[in-house]
Amino acid sequence: MDSRGPARRADSHMDWEALKLSLLLGALTVAILLPLALVAGRWLATTRMRGRAFIAAALTLPLVLPPTVIGFYLLVGMGPDSPIGQIWTTLFGGALVFSFKGVLIASVLVNLPFAIQPAQRAFEAVGQELRDAAATCGHSSWRSFWRIELPLAWPGVVTGAVLAFAHTLGEFGVVLMVGGSIPGETRTLALSIYDRVQAFDNAGAGRMAAVLMVISLVAVTVSFLLGGRSRHHG
Amino acid sequence: MADGLAITLRQDGPITLDVDIVVAPGQTLALVGASGAGKTTVLRSIAGLYRPRHGRIVCDGQAWLDTGDDIDLRARARRAGFVFQSYALFPHLSALANVMEAMLDRPRIEREGRAAELLARVHLDGLGAHLPASLSGGQQQRVALARALARDPQVLLLDEPFSAVDHPTRRALHALLAEIRASTPMPIVFVSHDVEDAARAADQVCFLQSGKSVEAGATRAILDDAGSHLARWLAL
Repeated sequence: MDSRGPARRADSHMDWEALKLSLLLGALTVAILLPLALVAGRWLATTRMRGRAFIAAALTLPLVLPPTVIGFYLLVGMGPDSPIGQIWTTLFGGALVFSFKGVLIASVLVNLPFAIQPAQRAFEAVGQELRDAAATCGHSSWRSFWRIELPLAWPGVVTGAVLAFAHTLGEFGVVLMVGGSIPGETRTLALSIYDRVQAFDNAGAGRMAAVLMVISLVAVTVSFLLGGRSRHHG
Repeated sequence: MADGLAITLRQDGPITLDVDIVVAPGQTLALVGASGAGKTTVLRSIAGLYRPRHGRIVCDGQAWLDTGDDIDLRARARRAGFVFQSYALFPHLSALANVMEAMLDRPRIEREGRAAELLARVHLDGLGAHLPASLSGGQQQRVALARALARDPQVLLLDEPFSAVDHPTRRALHALLAEIRASTPMPIVFVSHDVEDAARAADQVCFLQSGKSVEAGATRAILDDAGSHLARWLAL
């Protein structure tokens, strides 16, 4: 969008502003998703409610839909003419789309399966028998969650959080559709790389791509290490 | 009856149940029958881990379940010690902590002392710091037994305690159960598909077929009666 502004002067250099924005977006996405993943992951692992398969499928949709499709629906759904957009403007002023807050909401929705599915698998791995054993020890469902299930499932929960963080750093289509590429507001590192390539600054794009790859590699390695620890423990 | 355990369970499906069982204080009852006869379902119903459509379970005069009066105490509110077939020890907690987990309503210092006592009672002194994965199957079963006793239960329930253990472990478990039986009037109910174990460890036997308690009474008398359902089933 604006590759001739401040970023132009930083040609062939790192776009620190975009990196900072990406890390902030990733951290806030994870902070919001973590409690959601705990609640939804455990619920999906333990419920026998009818409709569970449909809910699980709906939560998985962001994995299979093209980012432009999700981005389009979010753009329309959060746009200034939409009920959500209008409520937002009434309550907080300003528009939801093309803002950091809008991108954050989109990021949370897109990353739901990355955070929830590993947590769900981890809670399923705890098994009903241990939950039954906790009940016969006098534990309430809440106490069983904190004392038995979470200590056993946390590597899976952290794995999901790490994956969501790494995926947020690399998210392109949805962020572009919902946020545009406004420097300092919605231009993340992935978008900045695209802008540099468009401006024939391959050296700058290469530098930032390498940073993104290293961060993602470290994050995924951490999640694999945790997964290994979990298997060893179990 | 005021004391002991009285169980009535009825339902047509998905698991058929037609069960009437009474266990007097100090008595040990073996639930025997073929695989799929509903033995474990009866045990889980007593503990509150399974809810039958119709039923009444009274333990020491307190109704744990009475579907007619809409009474259904949750598992955590029933003082039933349960030893699971695969022990179900909490893998992230030491043997001592596993036992302590069943008495969280007591102060920590009291829990530690009581858990150590119970581990000693099941002959596991000195193994309290071990994680379950580092214990043998027989030792894990003893930890599970100590944990089941930790709530001062009104009834002790054991699911297939003699299966999947080697001969010395089985002998030691018989001896341990005999010690527990001698020291408390608490009724004990265990599930077994092996009638020899039932004959050795139980005063009473209940023979289940397709979810129905077809025969109940003194173990020896039923086994010695060639015309009993159990004896005929064994002869098949």
